[in-house]
Amino acid sequence: MRAAPNPAGRMALNAAAYAVTVFLLLPTLIIIPMSFGPERFLQFPPNGFSMRWYLEYFRDEEWLRATFFSLEAGLISAVGATLVGTLLALALVRGRLPGRGLIELLVVGPVIVPHVALAVAMFLVFEQLRLTGTLLGFAMAHTVLALPFVVFTVLAALYRFDAELERAALSCGAGPVRGFFHVTLPLIAPGVVSAALFAFVISFDEAVVSFFISGLDRKTLPRKMFEDIDYNISPTLAAVATMLTLLTIGALLLGYALKRAMERRAAAAAGEGGDHG
Amino acid sequence: MRRPSSFLLAGRRYSPAASLLLAAPFLLLIVVVFLLPLATLLHESLFLPSPGLQHYERALAEPVYLRVMLRTLRIAAQVTALALVLAWPLAWVMSRSKGLGLALLAAAVLLPLWTSVLVRTYAWMVLLQRNGVVNQWLQKLGLTDEPLKLLYTEPAVVLAMAHVLLPFMVLPIYSALKGIPEDYTRAAQMLGASAWASFREVIWPLALPGVTSGCLMVFLLALGFFVTPALIGGPQQMMIATLVSQQVREMLDWSFAGALVGILLAFVLLLTVIFRRAVRLDRFVGQG
Amino acid sequence: MAEAARHQGGILLEGLVKRFGPVAAIDGVSLAVQPGEFLALLGPSGSGKTSILMTIAGFEFPDAGRVVIGGEEVTWTPPNRRNLGMVFQRYTLFPHMTVLENIAFPLKMRGVARAAREEQARAALRTVRLESYGDRRPAQLSGGQQQRVAIARAIVYRPRVLLMDEPLSALDKNLREEMQIEIKQLQREIGITVVFVTHDQTEALTMADRVAVLDHGRLQQLGAPRALYEAPETPFVARFIGETNFFQGRAGGAASDGALFPVQLDNGAQIHALAVGAIAAGARLTLALRPERLRLAPAGAPGLAAEVREAIYVGNATTLLLRGADGATLRARIPAGAGFSEPAPGEHVTLQWEAGDARAFAAAA
Repeated sequence: MRAAPNPAGRMALNAAAYAVTVFLLLPTLIIIPMSFGPERFLQFPPNGFSMRWYLEYFRDEEWLRATFFSLEAGLISAVGATLVGTLLALALVRGRLPGRGLIELLVVGPVIVPHVALAVAMFLVFEQLRLTGTLLGFAMAHTVLALPFVVFTVLAALYRFDAELERAALSCGAGPVRGFFHVTLPLIAPGVVSAALFAFVISFDEAVVSFFISGLDRKTLPRKMFEDIDYNISPTLAAVATMLTLLTIGALLLGYALKRAMERRAAAAAGEGGDHG
Repeated sequence: MRRPSSFLLAGRRYSPAASLLLAAPFLLLIVVVFLLPLATLLHESLFLPSPGLQHYERALAEPVYLRVMLRTLRIAAQVTALALVLAWPLAWVMSRSKGLGLALLAAAVLLPLWTSVLVRTYAWMVLLQRNGVVNQWLQKLGLTDEPLKLLYTEPAVVLAMAHVLLPFMVLPIYSALKGIPEDYTRAAQMLGASAWASFREVIWPLALPGVTSGCLMVFLLALGFFVTPALIGGPQQMMIATLVSQQVREMLDWSFAGALVGILLAFVLLLTVIFRRAVRLDRFVGQG
Repeated sequence: MAEAARHQGGILLEGLVKRFGPVAAIDGVSLAVQPGEFLALLGPSGSGKTSILMTIAGFEFPDAGRVVIGGEEVTWTPPNRRNLGMVFQRYTLFPHMTVLENIAFPLKMRGVARAAREEQARAALRTVRLESYGDRRPAQLSGGQQQRVAIARAIVYRPRVLLMDEPLSALDKNLREEMQIEIKQLQREIGITVVFVTHDQTEALTMADRVAVLDHGRLQQLGAPRALYEAPETPFVARFIGETNFFQGRAGGAASDGALFPVQLDNGAQIHALAVGAIAAGARLTLALRPERLRLAPAGAPGLAAEVREAIYVGNATTLLLRGADGATLRARIPAGAGFSEPAPGEHVTLQWEAGDARAFAAAA
């Protein structure tokens, strides 16, 4: 970067940016050392090291049950939202879709509509359909919440993908279905997988709808956390929060690797890197 | 006149029938799990126990509820303003960084974005509660004699919400700023513009779409936010989402909750229609 | 057998019309491509050449008209069932497959057994002289190599027609010229019908047996390269292919097609020109004259008086920019090495030409 005409101003701006970074990260990261503190009162810095709260989590059947329930709901929603969303993205990009504008509006619907509104509405209907506290109920709700992100991720992958390759497949005699499985899908696969990852994280972290449609014994991890925060801030929560943060870091790294894979494929398809006469 | 050549393909694209078939699972889900519940709830608010706008009138007439709504608007506005002030320098420095620096800053924005809202809210509670980290340090440093009341105050709600929603402000501004070549500011300064003038005349107008998009996203999300205000604000700083929850779970008054949701929805949809070009979901995906 | 196969490769387009909103991308084009012929579709961007190719390929459907390939109407047949080969502007090799897998792909889609597939793919790779590159990924090849692989993939299943959509435009100049000759030779070798889209007139003239010149969705002229250059039938063709000086004038008498007749130029000169189509007496005319057909004579000689403005040396010739008596800019070309004197800027000269070299078109009413 060139020397700025106003070095003091630039330094102030940089300092401000890094201060904001600290503000963004600190509250989440400060929990990590605190979760290893031995005392029932969370302190920073912790005065000692103990795995006590982690053990407590792993011994508590209610925590484990909530975790597994969330995993189940997350996996099902991820698969469901990825399937449904990829098909829709294909129709939007490659199809002639009647009422396209309306469908695009419906795609962003679950993002625009506040989750609390959606949660209460789902609660009302799910209660009548006996879907509250069921895996099916959660899978349906979380699939809808994750769909916009899946559709946009796959759309981005499809737009980056060179549509001429599909035409080349057709000219080679592959029908649209075989063309999709032999050419399109392998090339947008990283985008589809990262969409599934998004969907899983969204479902796994989803708190508001879970708050309303959980059952007494069938609740998700966020709902269990919500209850625990509301009643007593136990240090077990700090251990759970730490594990969730680490999981998020892992998911982000995976997502980043997938994004790189996408870019490499797009570059390879564009014939870059090989164009030296 | 136009005869489709096959069920699947019409020229370069899938035929309308095949396209609809691809969209069918989505349409089914969105109708059953999205439109139908919302319609049922709104129906409840308009027709039960008798048809009319009585629930809406009550929501807008009774001072208790009006106060909640005004507080919601006030907090959402404060959160948006605070997030904008915090996001600008970060987005600017990000847009002018490369390599490792950019990766670190981007990670700092993306990690919170994808960390559970509950984890982040919980962190703020640990920091702000009566015997929390902030009070421990304030006393240790001798700045205060006894713990301050930080939790369940409006500034605490604003701060925590701004923290939770900040990535939604940073990302759109960042992508707008990234699109401005550095040569533009150089050119402006070569042409005699001061740093401030080049900001005002060049940077700000070009960044405005990103700023609008970020402000809209944060404001919309803040209006309907549930987890953070419910836990950090408590009943004393009740916002509309908490009020809806209370009506449903404690009063079992679905019609009134429906009316509150109706008002919230009307507000959100109005803003979305006005600023529909600024609703850019693509800015938040494909980044991680 | 080979003869029968060739007969499958004829293409007939009848009254093709394709509209995009109010714009007619193809505006009533009819033409026939002979089996084994190399036809170039030449025109500026927006002339409809690519739309015609896409209609033949089946990626576009016409609003009116028919496409017949090998005697069989395919207007509405999807592209994957037309059994045509296509080479695209960008190389469009599948980046997740090796070179050999790319070439074998159309065979796989046709249910050819694995062993036969590999053998035929290797043979096609040999045809484009890349036999040792089969295991590489497309990204590891140069642009020219990638385009050769794309050609191999398009011919491996012996399609009746090979369609090429500006396949050389991504290559640099030298490689492009090399590939033009290579493709032409390959086409002769395997006797396939080729329809080749390009906006580069030199490329069209170099490669094609016949060239179809298009403008605004209409077929302007269809003919052998020599005919297009020597005998353009419209001012557009005269302007688009090679360089041309234009004059405006009025017919001094009626003339039938191909006749020499007197013309009164707007700049006052009286000349004779060759009528393109029948021309009525007194009709407004556009006259076209190739720069290399102009001869220089000393000032005062009979002909068109002009002043030399610039003399541009271009190696094999010198291009003169001249100003006519009426101020119009004219070009003349003097071949190098033939001992012609080259006038210096500022010199006054007279331009002369054979009457038959000035082609007169009736101006559009």
